[in-house]
Amino acid sequence: MSSESSGSSTAPPGAGPGPGGSGTAVELRGITKRFPGVVANRDIDITVHRGTVHALVGENGAGKSTLMKILYGMQRPDEGTISIDGEPVTLHSPADAIARGIGMVHQHFMLADNLTVLENTVLGAEKLHGIGARARKKIKELSDAYQLGVRPDALVEELGVADRQRVEILKALYRGARTLILDEPTAVLVPQEVDALFANLRELKAEGLTVLFISHKLGEVLSVADAITVIRRGTTVASVRPQETSPKQLAELMVGSELPTAETRESTVTDVPMLKVEGLRLSATDSDGVRRTVLDDISFTIHKGEVLGIAGVEGNGQAELVEAVMGMSDPDGGTVTLDGQDLTHAPTRLRRESGIGYIPEDRHRHGLLLEAPLWENRILGHVTEKPNTKGPLLGIPGAPQLLALGDARADAERIVAEYDVRTPGIEVTAASLSGGNQQKFIVGREMSHHPKLLIAAHPTRGVDVGAQAQIWDQIRAARREGLAVLLISADLDELIGLSDTLRVMYRGRLVADADPAHVTPEELGSAMTGAASGHLEHQDETTGGDK
Amino acid sequence: MSRWKEKFGVQSVLQALAAPALALLAAFVLSSVVILATGKDPFHAFFVMIDFGSKSDSQVWIINKAIPYYLSAAAVAIGFRMNLFNIGVDGQYRVAAFFAAVVGGALALPGVLQIPVIIIVAMAVGALWAGIAGVLRTTRGVSEVITTIMLNSIAGSLIGYFLSEDKLAVKDGNLFHTPTIPESGRFFLIPTDPDPIYGTVVVAVVIGLAYWFVIGRTRFGFDLRAVGRSESAASASGVSVRRMVVTSMLLSGAVAGLVGIPTLLNKSFSYGTDFPTGVGFTGIAIALLGRNHPFGMALAALLWGFLERTGIQLEFEGYAQEIVGVMQGIIVLCVVIAYEIVRRVVLRRQQREVGAELSARAGAGTEQDGTEQKAGATA
Repeated sequence: MSSESSGSSTAPPGAGPGPGGSGTAVELRGITKRFPGVVANRDIDITVHRGTVHALVGENGAGKSTLMKILYGMQRPDEGTISIDGEPVTLHSPADAIARGIGMVHQHFMLADNLTVLENTVLGAEKLHGIGARARKKIKELSDAYQLGVRPDALVEELGVADRQRVEILKALYRGARTLILDEPTAVLVPQEVDALFANLRELKAEGLTVLFISHKLGEVLSVADAITVIRRGTTVASVRPQETSPKQLAELMVGSELPTAETRESTVTDVPMLKVEGLRLSATDSDGVRRTVLDDISFTIHKGEVLGIAGVEGNGQAELVEAVMGMSDPDGGTVTLDGQDLTHAPTRLRRESGIGYIPEDRHRHGLLLEAPLWENRILGHVTEKPNTKGPLLGIPGAPQLLALGDARADAERIVAEYDVRTPGIEVTAASLSGGNQQKFIVGREMSHHPKLLIAAHPTRGVDVGAQAQIWDQIRAARREGLAVLLISADLDELIGLSDTLRVMYRGRLVADADPAHVTPEELGSAMTGAASGHLEHQDETTGGDK
Repeated sequence: MSRWKEKFGVQSVLQALAAPALALLAAFVLSSVVILATGKDPFHAFFVMIDFGSKSDSQVWIINKAIPYYLSAAAVAIGFRMNLFNIGVDGQYRVAAFFAAVVGGALALPGVLQIPVIIIVAMAVGALWAGIAGVLRTTRGVSEVITTIMLNSIAGSLIGYFLSEDKLAVKDGNLFHTPTIPESGRFFLIPTDPDPIYGTVVVAVVIGLAYWFVIGRTRFGFDLRAVGRSESAASASGVSVRRMVVTSMLLSGAVAGLVGIPTLLNKSFSYGTDFPTGVGFTGIAIALLGRNHPFGMALAALLWGFLERTGIQLEFEGYAQEIVGVMQGIIVLCVVIAYEIVRRVVLRRQQREVGAELSARAGAGTEQDGTEQKAGATA
């Protein structure tokens, strides 16, 4: 029965209006949403048919979450229309969306740990079925109907991740949801739990509910979805049926071009080690107050002229690795050596002065003073270096160090010109620039100090295609000039295209390495989920000794 | 490009003028409404204020009153630039002035030594008192807002304890005060007519210049502002945020320690039960009014003095004595609200323009796709 409905529901996008209002649960037309400096969504068209599992895939930062926030009433689109059950609607708040039968399960659960499942479920929806026996009965009914298996009186803090997720689903159903949005639901689950979740989803679908499923894990998407919409750089680029596509095709749609074939290119890798990381360990306290190991025995060497790419699903320790190398967190063990200088416990400023350039993952939080003018951002991170400083007051040693405001301004102008930063001037605030231009400015700033090591964390995330190409060229040029580059990215295309050596990070460990000339995104992907380890394809000799 | 430049130029000028103009106008209108509501003529009130406030003895009074206000505002502003809210300037300056008065009253050194000793004691005690809040914040994560408020009341109790005859004070009629500072320890006066201006106005000017210079021109000031704007970005840029919190609290406290100096060395020459209180809170209002700007705060401090001076005269003219307090409140609210409104309007306009620009460019984006692929191929 469900297969029949899925068959008719995966019509190509052009035939959207065809089936008529009755079969359409959600229809988005021409949705555009702009944020200061970026267009998060542009001309999004999606038709979701009732009683199907519809997957929305795309890279990190492609605009999936923004789109779902729009559908859930958390953001208002600047342009475009939303129709629910064939009827145009305007959603002002999540309450509107809930009233229209839309429910959302966030990636980060929104549950009160010290309350029971029953209490969490009725919280905020007391008017529906009260808070007592009627509510309990309703929860029982729902749980049985969809085989969620929840225990109403269990305390949420005693539940595991998968159980909490089912409570979230139950919460949405309890509020009358007919369309469920699941934001990256499998990111927190182990494979067996993923299977159980998918069984639940099929159950929901069989009961006529609609599921919108956001993911970037292609294998999962293909196994559960009835229809797939691919989002790239904020816009819908394709709607496909899972039967008619392959992970490779989907990956190509996601990254936007044919994946790079093995290219022969001139290697600039030397045998002079620049950054040596040995046995690095770090533990951190997570949000539940549990002490966890986030970096476990990390060792690698980057030579002059080498780009080392680190692949991995986000949250597997990449951010912590960058922080440990930058000196923003102090490692529990191991060493970090830059060009023979031991920097393991050195403060961040000394590391920057010693020649580490840093393109942070979150440029708004770590790379810019958003409310400060561009020329002040020229100084940020390099306040002790030329041309931003002119030494102590009156040349007296120990006197306050002066800023060279004129030189800093002039150099900001130079960066704007040389790195093609599109801005009305250097007096505007950093916040008013688009993401790509902010990023070009950061790249220009970091490269202006002739670093020995460049740390580039997601350097092209959320930037437009023109800026992306320029940033890639800058990284290539840096490599040619003998820099060591530590590249961290979720974009496998970028990793394979830029790196000389690839390592895969999983649960705080470097579990696999690969030669970017021969590895495929699928192979990398399987290592990223922990399914494969060791040497993928050909072993790269330059890093072989580290394992 | 040039079109943009022009636009932004006009915009920034408009923004700079719009906020104060809007605030003044609103404050003027609202104050008039309040005075009207009390059944009096607002225009006569404004006339009385301007007439009385511009008399020369009023001018001296206003300047002398503005000196501690300005110092207090500078102390608060150092915290504000760092995103720290030092509510404790009040306690800091009282404790500092008290101990400075005790030391000053006990010593009899030549003036060149006596005055610096008193000032250094005041700054050190103020810094120490504020530093407690800084250390608690960095080591225990306690909000400086809470600790400085509590330290205010501890300061009051501490002074109350020592300000008795068998401790550090002498009795004079019904009042207790610390031993009087000898002539050599007093600050000079500027002989103006009819009353002299306090020489400590020099201290305020020096602090204002130092504030401008350190915050705007030095590496330390840049680090401080960076932390104030974004702790995460500052930390990634190599600033030790914890050290900066403690340092800036110490600095704020040291400047707060100076707030009592004009009164102590130019007027009372001792710390008694009648020593002015509450100047620390006035400083918060003045720092807000002056937008943490060294010159703006000077204007704000003078405005405050003007309002207090002319308020006395309004009372004689039969206006309610609270009217000046109401006007001060209205002005601060209007300034804060006006700057926020203008900031939002400008931000929204910029966002719209950048957004429109981007979507226009995205529409013609096919050639850019081409460059991307070309760049990919050059790898």
